[in-house]
Amino acid sequence: MPQMELINSLADDLDGTFERLVRVFQDRLYSFAHRLCGSREDAEEVAQDSFVRAYRALKTYPAERIRALALQAWLYRITLNVARNRMRRKRVPQVSIENGGAAGEAARRAWDSPDDPDSRPDSRLERSQQRANIASLVATLPERYRSAIILRYVEGLSLEEVADILKQPLGTAKSNVHRAVNLLRRAITDSRRVQGRAEVRA
Amino acid sequence: MTRTDKASMNSTLTIVRGLTSLSRERAPKSLLPAVLRRVGLGDTYWRLETSIGPLFVAHSRAGISMVTRARSGAEFAKGFEKKFGRTIAPDAGPPPRNVRAVAEGRLRGRDAGLRFDLRGLSEFEQAVLGKALEIPPGEVRPYSWIAREIGHPDAVRATGSALAKNPVPVLIPCHRVVRSDGHIGNYSLGGARNKRVLLESEGAQPETLERLAASGVRYLGNEEGRFFCFPTCGGIQSLMKDNRVRFASQHEALAAGYQPCGECRPAAVAA
Repeated sequence: MPQMELINSLADDLDGTFERLVRVFQDRLYSFAHRLCGSREDAEEVAQDSFVRAYRALKTYPAERIRALALQAWLYRITLNVARNRMRRKRVPQVSIENGGAAGEAARRAWDSPDDPDSRPDSRLERSQQRANIASLVATLPERYRSAIILRYVEGLSLEEVADILKQPLGTAKSNVHRAVNLLRRAITDSRRVQGRAEVRA
Repeated sequence: MTRTDKASMNSTLTIVRGLTSLSRERAPKSLLPAVLRRVGLGDTYWRLETSIGPLFVAHSRAGISMVTRARSGAEFAKGFEKKFGRTIAPDAGPPPRNVRAVAEGRLRGRDAGLRFDLRGLSEFEQAVLGKALEIPPGEVRPYSWIAREIGHPDAVRATGSALAKNPVPVLIPCHRVVRSDGHIGNYSLGGARNKRVLLESEGAQPETLERLAASGVRYLGNEEGRFFCFPTCGGIQSLMKDNRVRFASQHEALAAGYQPCGECRPAAVAA
């Protein structure tokens, strides 16, 4: 495991190694926080708070405990908790695909590209547009599905790691990822059907 | 496989591909310094006026991390950021009295109670610097003395390299370490001339030292007490001059029945 050297070094000299830890994980935690919270400002504060929490916790851990840490999963878990607390505190009105809010509708429509093969999204601009669209669709998922699908596919972690971070049994994590994909797919086909009907009526 | 099954698998693939293509974003540049500052590992700096001109002193909560000369705070901050890859801000408060006093050579380094942030240095390098910290102002010791005292008597060259890399010169007084033949030797912070200025400002007399060295004298003995010292040792300097004897080597002193001084420890004391 490539992080073993970093973990040993943290156990030996936390203050001397902590900066390296931030450098190694800052992009990962920031991206993760951004996908979870949706805004850059929130993401930066969440990432900051997460590292500060991690430092304070490590400060109290004996060296053996640090050596036994699954560092990456532990950091993602801290970030997830910080982000959850923040979202709860802000009481952002939850827009979700399930209850079909206006934002979800807009995202769905944006994601949809015409089936005409001549206008496939193969230009770079269109592909980046599609990325933005899928990101905004993910943002409308309920939190338990959103965190699962982000960890699995955006962060590229194994199902075991996802389960570990979410503190769920493997089966639960697996079904949450699965359910998230199904929700996204349903959102896309639903919007196509709506669009189709609109066209027929017109 | 039904048509709908196929279609659903297709769109699942598209979704997963879409998700994995969401590239990782780069954290904003402000993240790292903000985190370090909040956990107390962030750096700020002071400007000190010393006998060799303005010095800039960087410190974090872990301790003092860098001392160097620069023409301005901006130039110093730029050099610091280049070296450590993180930002640094000027310290609004005055430097602790100890820092000022050490820079002026008024405090014994060891008693100053300063803490240093020596991240990234090896254990050996830290031992060398820790030992240099024990040399009182107004006195000097040879490189070989440090090597012997930290238990690596053969690592004289490595001792020199470790001192040359001292990230906090003046505060860790590597200028008080001289060549084993008594010559002043090199100095990282502006060459031998500055080393001389610093030693003079602390009350050591580099010219006298070099004159003694040139005439082959390495140690001074006290006839009455039958002990011998490095020439700058405070112990022998405080005693009457007419009781002094000169030695070219520790063997000569030992053979004459003189014991190494317990303060400056010019030789390993036989167990």
